[in-house]
Amino acid sequence: MATVSPTPLLKDELDIVIPTIRNLDFLEMWRPFFQPYHLIIVQDGDPTKTIKVPEGFDYELYNRNDINRILGPKASCISFKDSACRCFGYMVSKKKYIYTIDDDCFVAKDPSGKDINALEQHIQNLLSPSTPFFFNTLYDPYRSGADFVRGYPFSLREGVPTAVSHGLWLNIPDYDAPTQLVKPLERNTRYVDAIMTIPKGTLFPMCGMNLAFNRELIGPAMYFGLMGDGQPIGRYDDMWAGWCTKVICDHLGWGVKTGLPYIWHSKASNPFVNLKKEYKGIYWQEELIPFFQSVALPKDCTTVQKCYIEISKQVKAKLGKVDDYFNKLADAMVTWIEAWDELNPSGNISAKIPNGASK
Amino acid sequence: MSLAIKDDEVDIVIGALRSDLTTFMNEWRPMFSRFHLIIVKDPDLKEELKIPEGFNLDVYGKPDIDQVVGSSTSILFSGYSCRYFGYLVSRKKYIISVDDDCLPARDPKGFLVDAVAQHIRNLTNPATPFFFNTLYDPYAEGADFVRGYPFSLRGGVKCALSCGLWLNLADHDAPTQALKARQRNSRYVDAVMTVPAGSLIPISGINIAFEREAVGPALVPALKLAGEGKCRWETMEDIWSGLCVKVVCDHLGLGVKTGLPYIWRTDRGDPIASLKKEWEGVKLMEEVIPFFQSVRLPREATTVEECIVEVANAVKERLGSMDPVFARASKAMLDWIKLWQSVGSSSSRSSAV
Repeated sequence: MATVSPTPLLKDELDIVIPTIRNLDFLEMWRPFFQPYHLIIVQDGDPTKTIKVPEGFDYELYNRNDINRILGPKASCISFKDSACRCFGYMVSKKKYIYTIDDDCFVAKDPSGKDINALEQHIQNLLSPSTPFFFNTLYDPYRSGADFVRGYPFSLREGVPTAVSHGLWLNIPDYDAPTQLVKPLERNTRYVDAIMTIPKGTLFPMCGMNLAFNRELIGPAMYFGLMGDGQPIGRYDDMWAGWCTKVICDHLGWGVKTGLPYIWHSKASNPFVNLKKEYKGIYWQEELIPFFQSVALPKDCTTVQKCYIEISKQVKAKLGKVDDYFNKLADAMVTWIEAWDELNPSGNISAKIPNGASK
Repeated sequence: MSLAIKDDEVDIVIGALRSDLTTFMNEWRPMFSRFHLIIVKDPDLKEELKIPEGFNLDVYGKPDIDQVVGSSTSILFSGYSCRYFGYLVSRKKYIISVDDDCLPARDPKGFLVDAVAQHIRNLTNPATPFFFNTLYDPYAEGADFVRGYPFSLRGGVKCALSCGLWLNLADHDAPTQALKARQRNSRYVDAVMTVPAGSLIPISGINIAFEREAVGPALVPALKLAGEGKCRWETMEDIWSGLCVKVVCDHLGLGVKTGLPYIWRTDRGDPIASLKKEWEGVKLMEEVIPFFQSVRLPREATTVEECIVEVANAVKERLGSMDPVFARASKAMLDWIKLWQSVGSSSSRSSAV
């Protein structure tokens, strides 16, 4: 029986991107797990404020002045006064993988009381294949102690590359404002010991609090949109990126996983403030979901950038009439890709559209 | 949120492939005794069934099957498929069915899992097939829909099928179990989730429950391997049946859940011996899955029976020439629908498509 080999650290291949407007005290708790890695801190809000990074971490820090300087006029696509600004960190990173985490997320404990090394689990998720074409009822078949179930076709057991690993949260769950208002005391105490691939063709609400992805594969799709200052909407940044990412992953034959690892989310944001931010989104979402469910990407969209530009065209054509915001967002999506390509000129990963099992 | 159901709305259907059900029934007694049971004896089983006292049950054997469906059609109900006869003659709204080599499991806290109650919870709470909730079952205690889940989809749809899981001997196929001879499933995943619309899943018959009035005819005893045997490793009938149910549910806007409850599956059989027989099933899946992924049901098919007839015709047309097992499956599906209409109780309501 093969022994489980230790998870590679990938310390020179992974950047940790952290948006912050407050402070980085939370890093002390993560030190045992994060210290080997390079951090990219994206400082939101007032650029004259100094954010102190705890001693001993290797990092680069960007505030709004840096973003404006580096991107020039293209800086308009990066949100201000919203954690959506984190996607600037993805753009300037030179690494293959990204892990992003919010500054109010701490190390959680598993049911045995052991501290969870979230980053290690994300790396395992990203380095093992996904299985989007047929659902395995025992969840991740590549985990030790699990496998494919009877009836799972052998031709699909190799899986496809994993582009995204979406982790979850104990304690304060990621609820929308109305739910927070109705259930202010609810805490997520259920540890679900599973990782699973979200099937092809299925959308999900992606949360940016505890998220890792293969930047070389899917980076350009991880644009977190126009949120915050001067924008009519907030708290839809990660979801927007998630829907674009999922549509593109489905098209290019890559997988998106959700489940472990858990982090401990400690700060409940103010639900009244959240309601104001989300308000328009709650209505717009009813248009957005059918939109994303029906986006069809042509066969000649063989790179993430081409797919993304195509989506931006469809956003303009179909969502522009919902609100002018979507025209601006579509333009910002194009600006983002232009900025991405400028900062990352080494070329695109072209994916052969898989024949695979059709839907 | 869940509907309160009465005990007399449930049938527990057990296909008996072994004659001595004493341990099985006694272990399940706390969960089963409130309900009516239908025990169907595998027509190939020669010995008399041994069933302990104290249950409200009806037992059916070969003579009953022959009498109800005629000896030419009774072929449908041999081996593991004997339980489908129980589905046919049941008059209850919900059916729960587990294999006769399974016992109640314990959860991580050491408590016995009431699989019946969990299945009922799954069936009487809505399913959410149109958008994936990252916190899994939003109707579970202590959970909800996450930020970003569209409000218009939060009412959910009816859950027609509940697929449970297995601790100890998981439902792997023979090659996998032969390769990992000592592997046993000890991971208790505390979640129920809706299988998204458009996604297929291998539904194991070892531990399932369904609303008979909603999807009964879609659980078809149709795919009989040439070398079908008396171990799950030597069958694919449930996998085929499950694919039919999922396609029909997707078409009619019904939900399928997977996850809890767990049952404890006892060690039995020799995967290496089964490997020779089940290889046929493994090869067939390579044709079966692409077929089910691409089958499209017409708008005019608005009842479960109509949907199954459509699928049966598509099977004959597209798979019939590949292997005789498919032509037989297609015929079996049509025979089953005829039986359901004549013997089964009032057929499922028409669902708006």
